Amino acid sequence: MSFFTMLETMSSGMLKTCAIFFLTLLFSLPLGFLVSFGRMSKNPILRNIVKVYISIMRGTPLMLQLLVWYFGPFYLFQIPIRGYRFTAIILGFAFNYAAYFGEIFRAGIESMPQGQYEAAKVLGYTKVQTFFRIILPQVVKRILPAVTNEVITLVKDTSLAFSLAYQEVFSIAKQISSSQTSFMPFLIAGVFYYIMNYAVAFAMERMEKSMSYYR
Amino acid sequence: MNLLEMKNIRKSFGELSVIRDISLSVTRGEVVSIIGPSGSGKSTLLRCATFLETIDSGFISYMGQVAAQEDATGAITYCTHEEMKKIHGYFGLVFQNFNLFPHYSVLKNIMDAPIVVQGRQKSEVREEAMALLEKMGLADKADFYPYQLSGGQQQRVSIVRALAMNPEILFFDEPTSALDPELTIEVLKVIRQLAEEHMTMVIVTHEMQFAAAVSDRVIFMDGGIIVEEGSPEQVISNPEKARTRQFLDMYNNR
Repeated sequence: MSFFTMLETMSSGMLKTCAIFFLTLLFSLPLGFLVSFGRMSKNPILRNIVKVYISIMRGTPLMLQLLVWYFGPFYLFQIPIRGYRFTAIILGFAFNYAAYFGEIFRAGIESMPQGQYEAAKVLGYTKVQTFFRIILPQVVKRILPAVTNEVITLVKDTSLAFSLAYQEVFSIAKQISSSQTSFMPFLIAGVFYYIMNYAVAFAMERMEKSMSYYR
Repeated sequence: MNLLEMKNIRKSFGELSVIRDISLSVTRGEVVSIIGPSGSGKSTLLRCATFLETIDSGFISYMGQVAAQEDATGAITYCTHEEMKKIHGYFGLVFQNFNLFPHYSVLKNIMDAPIVVQGRQKSEVREEAMALLEKMGLADKADFYPYQLSGGQQQRVSIVRALAMNPEILFFDEPTSALDPELTIEVLKVIRQLAEEHMTMVIVTHEMQFAAAVSDRVIFMDGGIIVEEGSPEQVISNPEKARTRQFLDMYNNR
């Protein structure tokens, strides 16, 4: 198999890797905000439920969580679901990353000086206006480096979909490598992940720069 | 009618009783200074007046509109959300640490609340904001961000931000305590100018000469109560109470 045939065979996996990546971000970022609000809630029941959720998500391997999402419905409830593989992967990733994002958002929100809330309150801003106009923009600037770290980790973590035999780039690389007894597919996969992360780092740096007009 | 009426205010943090039965009323155009040692409850009184703290008992009204009162059981009830919104428009507060919004330019810091909170026309607000900046000698700083300004300039911007809401009464919580002597002077000059224009103000300060010069009335607080109250000549120049004298002597001999 030539280099270009390998590349062509692997390109469908690259698209699938990108799909996992973007869909996970799409769901886990908003979900992360809900997690951070739940974690900071005055209601002790909600707060503790979210604490346990975060603890489980961070305390067990993502690969294991993926297996539970995929096989759980069948083994626990005897419900076979067809065509569920990709959904299980996105569920597993989104809920796992939401826990990490939630803690990053919480750190950012809690780092805001009380004076900002007080100034807004005295000026008559509502709580919603205060959050979206005054607090959130400053929080985003503060947490961006930590979020960049997570997003870069996510790019590499997409390869864990391998454990559910999903044909993303890493799974295909392994298959071609076995059948062709070639090391090349791994090199291609490595370069692919690196380029993707280079793009992520570049985009995030641009975002940081766009917010560097104030301190 | 008093612009601000506070009666028998009490406030404690846990076991610590910070304000013990204080009454304070302010009439239109009056400048009141509150002096006293740290921990005497001066700032807490301002924070109660501006609803940053809730009172444990007492009564607060602005322009005759009741903001907080005790119900039949003695529990404090605050007015409805809608009424509170209106009352919030009556006062402004200038903080010790300015608390400008760092992600907004000077002009946006001033214009945002009048537009977003009061729903006023942008062009009209801009005109007013620029006129106020001009008056404070800050017109050339309109497009700067707070971090690019000195502490004195930041505090003057925060005064403009409060004035842009057209409050009836302006509170100052140790407005110069975070500033060096030079910057203190430029901020005090602005407050003095407002006093000459008969802006109603309540100023918590450690600047005795300044308090003596601008105030119609000076209040000396200690241990959560008003120890002495009267004209600057009475309280600062000829204090009656031993505690006031002791405090002022210490201040004069530092």
